[in-house]
Amino acid sequence: MASIKVKQIKVDDPQSVSSVCPFNAIDYDGAFKINAGCKMCRLCVKERPDIFEYVECQAPKIDKDSWRGIAVYVEHQEGEIHPVTLELIGKARSMAAKINHPVYAVFVGYDIKEKALELLLYGVDEVFVYDHERLKHFRIEPYTEAMESFINENKPSIVLMGGTTIGRSLAPRTAARFRTGLTADCTILDVQENTDLDQIRPAFGGNIMAHIHTPNHRPQFATVRYKIFDKPEKIAENSGKVTLCKLDCLSFDSKINVLSVRKKEKTKGIEDAEVVVVAGRGIKKESDLEMVYKLAELLEADVACTRPLIEAGWADPRKQIGLSGRTVKPKLLITCGVSGAIQFVAGMQNAETIIAINSDKSAPILKVAHFGLIGDLYEIIPGLCQKIEAVRKYGEPANVL
Amino acid sequence: MRVVVCVKQVPGTTEVDIDEETGVLKRDGVESKMNPYDLYALETALQIKERRGAELTAVSMGPPQAKAVIREAYMMGFDHGALFSDRKFAGSDVLATSYTISQGIRKLGLPDIVLCGKMTTDGDTAQVGPALAEFLGIPHIANVLSIIEINDKSIVVEMDMPGSVELAEVAFPCLLTVNKGIFQPRLPSYKLKMATKEREIPIYSLGDYEDQDESNYGLNGSPTQVLKIFPPEANANHQIWEDGGDVLIDKLHDKLRELKFI
Repeated sequence: MASIKVKQIKVDDPQSVSSVCPFNAIDYDGAFKINAGCKMCRLCVKERPDIFEYVECQAPKIDKDSWRGIAVYVEHQEGEIHPVTLELIGKARSMAAKINHPVYAVFVGYDIKEKALELLLYGVDEVFVYDHERLKHFRIEPYTEAMESFINENKPSIVLMGGTTIGRSLAPRTAARFRTGLTADCTILDVQENTDLDQIRPAFGGNIMAHIHTPNHRPQFATVRYKIFDKPEKIAENSGKVTLCKLDCLSFDSKINVLSVRKKEKTKGIEDAEVVVVAGRGIKKESDLEMVYKLAELLEADVACTRPLIEAGWADPRKQIGLSGRTVKPKLLITCGVSGAIQFVAGMQNAETIIAINSDKSAPILKVAHFGLIGDLYEIIPGLCQKIEAVRKYGEPANVL
Repeated sequence: MRVVVCVKQVPGTTEVDIDEETGVLKRDGVESKMNPYDLYALETALQIKERRGAELTAVSMGPPQAKAVIREAYMMGFDHGALFSDRKFAGSDVLATSYTISQGIRKLGLPDIVLCGKMTTDGDTAQVGPALAEFLGIPHIANVLSIIEINDKSIVVEMDMPGSVELAEVAFPCLLTVNKGIFQPRLPSYKLKMATKEREIPIYSLGDYEDQDESNYGLNGSPTQVLKIFPPEANANHQIWEDGGDVLIDKLHDKLRELKFI
């Protein structure tokens, strides 16, 4: 609970004061006013402490101790558990160990009891199963109702969901029901001793990271995309248990009627590739993508693209890396003419080895890459392809001689 | 039938940069535009109007200059608009934003369909639609790929799920978030621009709302708080190679061999 207080002092150049705000939220009409564009980033307070003051008023504090446990929503399709769930369980375990909380999994669906045992192998302390025929399809109202019931019964401090189409639908709806905070697509999560969740994500669409807290509300919701965290190892001995939840308090009411389900063809997505070659705006025309595909073929890699290329219609949207596309975590990732906007970086920074080819020395991607090559990709890529082919055919030049 | 579409004004570029020494955001002529994903929601509403007849309203939340996106909707063929704007809405996170819009829509009267774009380019969260549906007390379907059929009391849509595409019918009133590509958005028309030049864009502020409790809006109504913003960390363990093309090719080749990728 806070606000920006404005001291109206005389300024020679009001424009210079207004320009302190990156969101055009400081108006001047003889007096400075903060308009609705304010994001509370507090840069004005930092830049012009003589005018702007950050005022915090204390709200009634909640009792954080009465909220215990880190819960992971189990994302699945007909009982087949999505791997993002395991990644979240791994993260939940390491955070729970710090604050000595239990790790819960919430499993909602139909005919899933058997599958719940699988989760215990990854160190979940208790799996809460909501198993009913009317939960067969993901329909928002009954699923929200099940989450609501789980939270009311167990009072978890933190709820994590995968940043999938389901998680991004269920998490905001459930968080709104509890009037609590949700941070989408976190790239870093940690927990404070007082159980406050440190949530870090790219923000404002720009090259900026934001560190976000939910200091006075519980539970704290966060979504994390697939391939951001590591899949945990199975544990040798598990002492967790599966609890079948009572369903008599659920109404299963829904205004949605699922008429048919068409399984998507299982295409190997760029998420699963071990090597990825990424084309960016440095590629001048569509036909030039040919050389990128050639390099990918030689490296047995998948080709991915950045947002501008997808928007130009040069590749399938499923090949897009970034916050508005997919997240990848390959062993090797080579970027060709990619500048490295943060929304892109958020989708690939966990790759084991990143090689960037860029002609612009100041491109942000060079700070992310392990190896940054400053040069012309129109020279380097065909040259590299030739070299790889030549060496494969004739061996190293030294061996030939 | 009434359809309300939520639109947002976003920065024209994502190249917001940060000065590493001072930690201050640099803004070099950041212009604003309509969130591109919202164009698909606007077009979806226009298609519904053309097929069945509907009264269309575009709403937005933001500072007074956000009227520009409502005006753009007028130029595409929207009948009405409304802007939810108040200093007290400043600093809203997803929850407060959704609540503010829900109060505004209630003020206008709950329509049969509320449409939202999939996400915005400045927040990339895709959360406001579902949270808004919760506050309006109506069902929602996210990631709608196409509209199959519209009846008097319901709509049949295809929705994108992680491993499947599902055909679902949802009764009115409902909220849909539509994916990019559901329809090709039309361009604003010059004729409509001229015809709607004088059309008003009413502004609703907290004083117009049913719930005027300030603690539900703006920063006060936002459970999440930004502790700090900072530039992304550079990879500490990185090398920059700057050399002639041939040298770079050889070095890259050797590195790929060393890492056993070739």
